[in-house]
Amino acid sequence: MEGFGPSLAFWVLSALTLIAAGGVMVSRNLLHAVLFLILTFVGVAGFFVLLSADFIAMAQVIIYVGAIAVLVLFAILLTPRSGRDNGETRWALPGILLAVCLAAIFLFVVHDTAWDTVGDAPAGLDARALGTALLTTWVVPFEIASVLLTAALVGAIMLTRSPEEEAEDALV
Amino acid sequence: MTPGIEHFLTVGALLFCLGLAISLSKRNAIGVLMGVELMLNAVNLTLITFSRFAASPNPVSGHTFVVFILTVAAAEAAVALALAVAVYRNRETIDVDRLNLLRS
Repeated sequence: MEGFGPSLAFWVLSALTLIAAGGVMVSRNLLHAVLFLILTFVGVAGFFVLLSADFIAMAQVIIYVGAIAVLVLFAILLTPRSGRDNGETRWALPGILLAVCLAAIFLFVVHDTAWDTVGDAPAGLDARALGTALLTTWVVPFEIASVLLTAALVGAIMLTRSPEEEAEDALV
Repeated sequence: MTPGIEHFLTVGALLFCLGLAISLSKRNAIGVLMGVELMLNAVNLTLITFSRFAASPNPVSGHTFVVFILTVAAAEAAVALALAVAVYRNRETIDVDRLNLLRS
């Protein structure tokens, strides 16, 4: 990862991602928090492109920005206006202290370890290699993931049915 | 300054800790869920970083892990938001300070 372009991209992306994540923390309105969250997802997708993970970046944009963020927006819009407050709980301070201590430990470990790294991107990080790995070595977890998605879909529909709909189904 | 593995891992660690702080400190259940999503994203970033920089005979394994994390994150978001809507319908609130039905 040599040259001016990747360095500039890295610093701009890290500033964008971390500032947007801080915006999720400090914004008072839950809708603004979701918009900052979408910005964070886009920043992480940019990091994936920078780390030569093109397919994962595309999947990140489609799944996180396209599906999960829209799902969160729908959940917020389905609860009335009084539920859009993004305030802190009574136990906020211990949680934030824990996160700061954990960040200190992580930063110490990251900067104190002598990482064994390669300079150029290794071969075999493209979508073809990923597809081959998913359908040969990892085919059983891949199939289990599809069953998990189906179960989650059915569970989400069951959970959000209103009592009137359940009463109608009981009559049939 | 050319970004190396430490820089990407630092961003991942900071993002994870921000997500942890958000999920531990927010009063709204949807805010807690947003913190969890941030933490999952930070873990994905760390896995992709190791997959790119580590001297490994099979570098695409990190990418497969990320694909599975994406799947589980989508399932988790769907179920958690359905739970939030269901809880709101029953209790008229998703404030986690006031969801203390199990406390005697």
